[in-house]
Amino acid sequence: MRRSRTAALTALAAAVALTLTGCSSSKGSTDGATKGGSVAGADAATKNIVNASDAKGGTVVYEHSDVPDSFDPGNTYYAYMYNFSRLYGRPLTTFQPAAGEAGNKLVPDLAESLGQVSPDGLTWTYKLRAGIKYDDGTAVTSKDVKYAVERSNFAPDVLSNGPTYFHDLLKDNDTPYQGPYKDKTGDLKAIETPDDTTIVFHLKQPFADFDYLVSAPQTVPVPQAKDTGADYVKHIASTGSYKFQSYEDGKEVVLVPNTNWDPKTDPIRKQLADKIQVKLKIAQSTIDQDLLAGNAQVDLAGKGVDPQTQAKLLLDPKLKAQTDNTYGGRLVYTAINTKVAPFDNIDCRKAVQFAIDKVSVQTAIGGPIRGDIASTVLPPDIPGYQKSDPYATEGNKGDEAKAKDALKACGKPDGFKTSIMARQDRSTEVASATAIQAALKKVGIDVEIQQFPQGKYFSDFAGVPEYTDSHNTGLIMMQWGADWPTGYGFLQQVVDGRAIKKSGNTNLSQLNDPSINKLLDDAIANPDRAAREKIYGEIDKKTMDAAVIVPLTYYKVFLYRPAGATNVASTPAFSGQYDYLNIGVTK
Amino acid sequence: MFAYIIRRILAAVVLLLVVSAITFGIFFLLPSLAGETTDQLAAQYVGKNPSPEAIAAVKQNLGFDQPLYVQYGRFLKALVSGAEYKFGPDPVSCHVPCFGYSFKNHVEVWPEISSRIPVTFSLAVGASVIWLISGVSTGVVSALKPKSIFDRLSMGIALAGVSSPVFFTGALLLLAFHFKWPLFENVEYVNFTDDPFAWAGHLVLPWVSLAFLYSALYARLTRAGMLETMSEDYIRTARAKGLAERKVVVRHGLRSALTPIITIFGMDLGLLLGGALITEQVFSLKGIGAYAVAAIGENDLPKVLGVTLVAAFFIVACNLLVDLLYAAVDPRVRLS
Repeated sequence: MRRSRTAALTALAAAVALTLTGCSSSKGSTDGATKGGSVAGADAATKNIVNASDAKGGTVVYEHSDVPDSFDPGNTYYAYMYNFSRLYGRPLTTFQPAAGEAGNKLVPDLAESLGQVSPDGLTWTYKLRAGIKYDDGTAVTSKDVKYAVERSNFAPDVLSNGPTYFHDLLKDNDTPYQGPYKDKTGDLKAIETPDDTTIVFHLKQPFADFDYLVSAPQTVPVPQAKDTGADYVKHIASTGSYKFQSYEDGKEVVLVPNTNWDPKTDPIRKQLADKIQVKLKIAQSTIDQDLLAGNAQVDLAGKGVDPQTQAKLLLDPKLKAQTDNTYGGRLVYTAINTKVAPFDNIDCRKAVQFAIDKVSVQTAIGGPIRGDIASTVLPPDIPGYQKSDPYATEGNKGDEAKAKDALKACGKPDGFKTSIMARQDRSTEVASATAIQAALKKVGIDVEIQQFPQGKYFSDFAGVPEYTDSHNTGLIMMQWGADWPTGYGFLQQVVDGRAIKKSGNTNLSQLNDPSINKLLDDAIANPDRAAREKIYGEIDKKTMDAAVIVPLTYYKVFLYRPAGATNVASTPAFSGQYDYLNIGVTK
Repeated sequence: MFAYIIRRILAAVVLLLVVSAITFGIFFLLPSLAGETTDQLAAQYVGKNPSPEAIAAVKQNLGFDQPLYVQYGRFLKALVSGAEYKFGPDPVSCHVPCFGYSFKNHVEVWPEISSRIPVTFSLAVGASVIWLISGVSTGVVSALKPKSIFDRLSMGIALAGVSSPVFFTGALLLLAFHFKWPLFENVEYVNFTDDPFAWAGHLVLPWVSLAFLYSALYARLTRAGMLETMSEDYIRTARAKGLAERKVVVRHGLRSALTPIITIFGMDLGLLLGGALITEQVFSLKGIGAYAVAAIGENDLPKVLGVTLVAAFFIVACNLLVDLLYAAVDPRVRLS
């Protein structure tokens, strides 16, 4: 799962924010709305590009309460870095800068067209656009793209942050390839570069989403001569519209226009601002205030404002008109562990499906602004979503009678004991678990809450089947977002029985249904998009019929859109964040 | 005197060694007592889908495959003679004093810390100057005119100061003097040598919020100390000898009331130099405190060790300074 930081606020930050909102009058804050630009109305950037403009100049300021895993395109797994890194790096393909559904459309970027696939689906060929250069003026070749994939996927001991899809999908050498740092002379045979503008990928199995896979920053070209491993982040060779002026780890990054970027080779980038400044480790309350005051244009993390700022924005109609509330491509759910008694019995799982009061969970998460009540595995902003609600209860508040019937069918009319896992540093997740505990109590299911630190949740606890099975963990709190916006990108890691891992597992239900596994294989081998999307709907339905996942809410972000920012569009391709490619500023 | 200082420095070195050994122990021993294997530890520094080979490589790269005492020995050796690390095509050397490479971001720890020292130093020293002057003078005046309106008022404010945490006053000051009336800057730090005025302008708010808390404390301490000394017999004697009141207060009263203040000041300053955690968070300053918070959050031992040692060093150094000052202020104390 591409990670997106959720509000893991410290009590400190919360206290600060509380103080700030407590003392600010709504009068002072309307300045932000009148400072320039047009007011487009609430949720405008989820439908259109707001403040579309070609005006150049000014400094765009990004602020972030934390630091990203890395600015190195080959060493990141955060959705907002996938988005931001395109300013200085061009992957083979990327998403069209647009609002709403149009933002899910893949377009060629470094490549001149989307990939050419061989009839057997095993070979993908891309042609690079002519005339693309690095910021030092040297030409980009397909070998640099090959090298970028090699370093990002085959050297996990050095560049450890990114996913390893290419490693898993490409044919390996006869003796496994050790990556460019250990094996300095060898290379990965599965990627061929017959000439400087052609790159050919040879896959183990057909993979229809390959165009999506190469939209990852891992295909941003890296010249081997300049690669210094973990240190490369300090002097990244730029191919995008901007290049690095300065890089201070954990403090600040400044980008300036790349003079060797040629707009003729690039139909999607605009290069508007004179300077892009990224300030790191800024208190979230300060970020929110800076956005309101127009001192900053974008919260880099793109997860939305503090709860306190949220309350303030919602209360003031003028400020509310400057907000965007949209799906973040994620599902908040409770996984039911099919390997723990009595959840090996489908009726006991159904009892939980009927008993949970989803409204109380939604409230615990922060109300409708933070998520709509969910009833399917796929969220509505992922292509393939089909509306359905197999365990509908009145008002989504749970149905004790139906739950008790299911318990009888399961042979546990008096209920049973189990436990639920949640991440202790995510207050909303713990609150959700508590709401579930209360709802299940009503039908006689006694739930004990087990809390674990976020950093070890998947490596040591929830993601270790041996642990959950031996600790009677029947229920596991979970949030899941896709690495790329297709049904396969969303579903495969959570419902494929062959994706179950000994550690770092994300198929928490340990669902291993051969028919679902086969449907996934069929879908990804099918070159027809419509047919694939139909299958994803079917997998969703089958998963729900098996009652192994209790969908709670479709996660939503709540963003503030500063009036001075131009070309602002919230895109589902990057979890509802604004598309960072062309954001400019009115002076 | 010279021998005394040498003795103290040697003691400080031993203390720092003990601190580093304990930090090392906490980092590796406690998790292993809780059943964590080095594989799991290494897995934290590998990405998603950690393959056994990647874990093994990280273990070897970060030295987790060695016994604990070897790792500690390596750490000490690197500290005095540097080291080489391999996180890329070519080995990178880590210069003395090498606190090692961050497990998470693969950057040298010492340059990161040393670039942050001026920030924390400016913050701590500036704030301490403000609170010493305002706190001690308020305390003295209050003590000389006990139960006066000034005394009541200033002690009332002091009470408010002691009970206002920095995250409250800091946020309040920011809201008023940065966002509402933008008199002072926030967030950025400017080097003193680049532009002293900008340096001060950016630090006024954090100084004031820190100093408000501390000066309240110092005012109350000074007042209590002064009240006590001013009722001593030798003060009466001094006055009887016909000494000017100013001399009585400053030379005889304040001087002796100051000794406990110096002790506490040394501790406070040392602690702040080791990182003013909350103030740095509130004002988004990139100081040592903010670094410590990040290091602990990321479970990154070389960073944790680095800040711990730097913080311990400052506390030890400030205490040494206090002891030397003691001798100057109080003739009864002799360093021998």
